[in-house]
Amino acid sequence: MSPKVLLNTKEVNIILHRLACQLIEKHTDFSNTVLIGLQPRGIFLAQRIKALLIEKYNLPKVHLGLLDITFYRDDFRRSDKVLEANSTEIDFLIENKRVVFIDDVLYTGRSIRAALTAIQSFGRPSEIELLTLIDRRFSRHLPIQPDYRGRQVDAINDEKVLVNWKETSGEDAVYLIKN
Amino acid sequence: MSELSVDHLLGIKYLNNSDIDLIFETADHFKKVINRPIKKVPSLRDITIANLFFENSTRTKLSFELAQKRLSADVINFSSGQSSLSKGETLVDTVNNILSMKVDMVVMRHPNPGAASFLSKHIDAQIINAGDGAHEHPTQALLDTYSIREKYGEVKGKKVVIVGDILHSRVALSNIFALQLQGAEVMVCGPKTLIPKYINKLGVQVETNLLKALNWCDIANMLRVQNERMEISYFPSTREYTQQYGVTKSVLESLDKKITIMHPGPINRGVEITSEVADSGQAIILNQVENGVAIRMAVMYLLASKIKQ
Repeated sequence: MSPKVLLNTKEVNIILHRLACQLIEKHTDFSNTVLIGLQPRGIFLAQRIKALLIEKYNLPKVHLGLLDITFYRDDFRRSDKVLEANSTEIDFLIENKRVVFIDDVLYTGRSIRAALTAIQSFGRPSEIELLTLIDRRFSRHLPIQPDYRGRQVDAINDEKVLVNWKETSGEDAVYLIKN
Repeated sequence: MSELSVDHLLGIKYLNNSDIDLIFETADHFKKVINRPIKKVPSLRDITIANLFFENSTRTKLSFELAQKRLSADVINFSSGQSSLSKGETLVDTVNNILSMKVDMVVMRHPNPGAASFLSKHIDAQIINAGDGAHEHPTQALLDTYSIREKYGEVKGKKVVIVGDILHSRVALSNIFALQLQGAEVMVCGPKTLIPKYINKLGVQVETNLLKALNWCDIANMLRVQNERMEISYFPSTREYTQQYGVTKSVLESLDKKITIMHPGPINRGVEITSEVADSGQAIILNQVENGVAIRMAVMYLLASKIKQ
């Protein structure tokens, strides 16, 4: 079965602008706010948001870090594949900062739970928020909800939401794939 | 993602190149972890590891224990000095007793070559060899070659001389395997009496003149003379050994190039290397120690991922 288009390039672009504006509404000049893209899939969204904030909305400086949660996941030894680590690049202090986690799809919430543990290793943030492009409703295993969401999607468990980015797949689009 | 081709780490000779790449890439991540303000990850929180040391060790034992704690594993320690071994219990019985307390992984050092391999055939747990007699010491060779890779970018094509007591050294054998697997050229250097007769069969060069060896190499790995393993005299005196095989500042300065000095520890200062050399900028001895924790974390993480629930 051919994949269903959830968001096309134009829609993704509009949503990115809206999310950037919502961030500015809350965080104004980002002087005490840092963006943290979650490895591996959240980093493209995080880089896009950062670029928009600087280039379109003229913010002088936006800190962006990349956080890998592999060693903090709760499914180590429970899945068949070995969990492959990615790099963590946070070259600023998190202490007392307002942190915004950025990921492409919010599904069970377990990755965010791991990220909440992982970020503690870098200090004590004053506040943590969550921004996701896609929020899969009714599929949460944990009480975690996004503060900024691109689009809410109803998908059943054997469906997969695939987010494509220009940088990796040549187009910005979101698909629903049935297994 | 690929996983290790082995279920136990018994020796370098059982590993292949992609195993080593995987261990090194994983160690890169753990090296970052141990340099954070909070140096701990919860990956192995439901794993119990027994450290069985049937022979003395300070740094290897500490390094393994620290690596286990950084991974949040539960750790039990055992040293043969305080055990029932002196009451006549066999190795398999001792270990089986420990395993019945639900241990998932065993790190073992033992004076007999092949002890770890023997254990892996009789015990239902993952075994990491932390040194078996004069046979292998795989994590040491991994951390040594990892340190070379860190300094030079890659191990391939590097010329490495291992100097000293090759005959009694498990570090030498594991290093030879690890260096060759990664494409380095290896030479051994020492008094003839301390070089095994059939070492040529391993494809290494042999040199008895220290200066020639140092002029040839990029990296010199200095080994300690293992007096505790010597039942007969292999050289006339320590003083004579030092005169012929000790690396001093003036020896280093007489070379055409700046070589890197490594030492697996413990150092006998003034015997195989002088303090000036050990503390100089050319030595990466303390980097080796730091890398040891990251390498051991990587090995235990990757082996633990093979224990399915």
